[in-house]
Amino acid sequence: MDQYFDEMYHADGSLRGPYREIGSWLDNEDAARLRKKQREAEEVFRLTGITFNVYGKAEAEERLIPFDIVPRVISGREWKRLERGIDQRVRAINAFLHDIYHRQEIVRAGRVPAEMIAENEAFLPQMIGVSPPGQIYTHIVGIDLVRTGPDEFYVLEDNARTPSGVSYMLENRETMLRMFPELFSASNVRSVSDYPRNLRRSLAACAPTCAADEPTVAVLTPGIYNSAYFEHAFLADQMAVELVEGHDLRVTDGRVCMRTTRGYKPIDVLYRRVDDEFLDPLNFNPESALGVPGILDVYRAGGITIANAPGTGIADDKAIYSYMPEIVEFYTGEKPILKNVPTWRCSDPQSLAYVLDNLSELVVKEVHGSGGYGMLIGPAASKRELAAFRRKLKARPANYIAQPTLSLSTVPIFARSGLAPRHVDLRPFVLVSPDGVKITPGGLTRVALKKGSLVVNSSQGGGTKDTWVLED
Amino acid sequence: MLGKTAGGLFWMSRMLERAENTARLLETGQRMALTRSKDADEEWASVLQTAGVLDSFLHQNGEVTKSAAIDWMLRDLDNRSSVRSAVKQARDNARLVRTALTNDVWSAVNATWMRVDAQLKRKVSERDLPGLLEMVRQQSALVRGAYLGTMLRNDIHDFAQLGTFIERADNTARILDVKYYVLLPTAFSVGSSLDNVQWESILRSVGAGGGYRMTHGQKTTPSEIAAFLILDKRVPRSLSYCCRHIRESLGLLEQDYGAEVPSGAAAQALHAKVCGQEIGYIFDFGLHEYIQDILRDLAGLSRQIEVDYRFYE
Repeated sequence: MDQYFDEMYHADGSLRGPYREIGSWLDNEDAARLRKKQREAEEVFRLTGITFNVYGKAEAEERLIPFDIVPRVISGREWKRLERGIDQRVRAINAFLHDIYHRQEIVRAGRVPAEMIAENEAFLPQMIGVSPPGQIYTHIVGIDLVRTGPDEFYVLEDNARTPSGVSYMLENRETMLRMFPELFSASNVRSVSDYPRNLRRSLAACAPTCAADEPTVAVLTPGIYNSAYFEHAFLADQMAVELVEGHDLRVTDGRVCMRTTRGYKPIDVLYRRVDDEFLDPLNFNPESALGVPGILDVYRAGGITIANAPGTGIADDKAIYSYMPEIVEFYTGEKPILKNVPTWRCSDPQSLAYVLDNLSELVVKEVHGSGGYGMLIGPAASKRELAAFRRKLKARPANYIAQPTLSLSTVPIFARSGLAPRHVDLRPFVLVSPDGVKITPGGLTRVALKKGSLVVNSSQGGGTKDTWVLED
Repeated sequence: MLGKTAGGLFWMSRMLERAENTARLLETGQRMALTRSKDADEEWASVLQTAGVLDSFLHQNGEVTKSAAIDWMLRDLDNRSSVRSAVKQARDNARLVRTALTNDVWSAVNATWMRVDAQLKRKVSERDLPGLLEMVRQQSALVRGAYLGTMLRNDIHDFAQLGTFIERADNTARILDVKYYVLLPTAFSVGSSLDNVQWESILRSVGAGGGYRMTHGQKTTPSEIAAFLILDKRVPRSLSYCCRHIRESLGLLEQDYGAEVPSGAAAQALHAKVCGQEIGYIFDFGLHEYIQDILRDLAGLSRQIEVDYRFYE
């Protein structure tokens, strides 16, 4: 195990600073009691309905994301640095989006090749020339980070479209507070509970000029069978706003209105959890029953704010990812604080040759893939899988990028046999409004529950942990 | 409030009420079948008819047998009124309107679904039936308790109340409709006395056996039982009690929204039909015809509420 950085223990088995409280708590706890608590936690999740549907499975099947009771701890000092890095990156992403849909200075400057944009399916021509309030395109961002050493954090992915998981950050904390209140009185853990209030405030701050003094905000969900429906309902509930579906909405008099018991009422800010493609059957996928016909026209005329804006995918696409260091520097004039994972774009013949030669040591991802699907982890793959992927790479090189296999840090989970190290990542949640960038101290820690596994996605056997940021 | 949310609250409550009513019918059915072994299957046919699912049952099963009837009423997801279906629909609607519910109500509904679904995955033996039905009634009481104790009394409450009382009135009316012949004076005079088992079963299926004894003692006449279930304002499952609440909730909504709607007028008319009556008049008019009339009104009212408050597009 010693090639991995463990966040809780030094190589000699002693506790690292931020984990002192947790370590002594675990030492003094009875394993049987902890096991019982772990089961209780799952019961709470089930009862609350914090479940997700697995795509491709029967509609009725709702599954729990396993929750591990050992918190993941980040010191105040470490967090400060992450915060600065995230802030910088998110500002750069919004500046990039504005530029891409206007003058494309970054392309003119030769820092990002024109075909990267023009031929990218995440680029929406309908957004050209559109300036949303405050020039904010991505209001809600999830930045996926991994750690490989004491001060080594890498950004693995930027999620600038409709990042999910924030309800787990909040519910995991609620569950820990409910089960182990004594832990919190002993440690200075920063609170995450302001997130819904901040979310509503920052959405309202982005309201269009036609909005009333108290803007009407609503959350748009694809419906109760969507895998993240729980989260959509949870956020609407916590923000005290309506949770709407496409068939609750219609366009009247240049506004998007929701059907209430008293008639149609205009919405000022729509926090949509429906993908671009399904947002507007008149402008995008005509088959979509999830969207609102004509909403994009209202949006372009300034009649509603859509968060996140359509077309933000051009910034979190995996091929664009490889340009992020240039992007950050171009718009902020500073060196990036957070590191990017070195990335080979297979569209480039030289890179492709390198990737093919070193496939068994690399991670290969689809440019538009997500959820850990369609990905190859070289060191864990069989000969046959490698051969199959080699064929795919040769057939459509531009569809793939490759990265070195990172030695992801580990944090112990409470397994049947006691504490056992498992690989983790971290998704902090970021809110952007004209009032500034707000980062909730914490985030969602995903953990690969299978020994040795590097895949943390919940759809593939990943679990979650409560994430603590300590007050220094 | 979204029209969809109003609809979700309405149907969540209807389905919760339906689950409990179906459970009660099953309880009564089992008891009846136990006490009269001769025409037990006929008794089950009458239970199915009361639940309004006899036709769909025959379509699926051919002939009425005890075990098939129990299964159909209890667990079959093809039967929209089976306990399991009703609880599932209640839970789906609760999920749809999650933001309008308190945590207590949501977890009670969700826990009910989890328990019912887990225990109804497999066929239930006759021996286990009483315990299971008891569990359903207890879960129903749990949801109601959480509801009464934590929900605001605003338009959310009004729509939920409408669902509960329209479903309940419909259920009581159907029980009376299927069993009305037992209560007819002619039936009474033909036999030596009112068929005790039959009338007890009527009271029992609306959980009103105890209430009746408390107010009437051992005195059982058909007209008094009919009056008890139709006209008595004190009986929480009587038509009069339900119709009063329906009228009240619609009145509150009209007040709250500052607009009169056709369903409001319809609820008042329905209430007058039930409230200002004498049982003698109802018998003269024809009990069966009277109940049929009420059932039609209830269905019409339900549809009108959907329109007036924009449940659907």
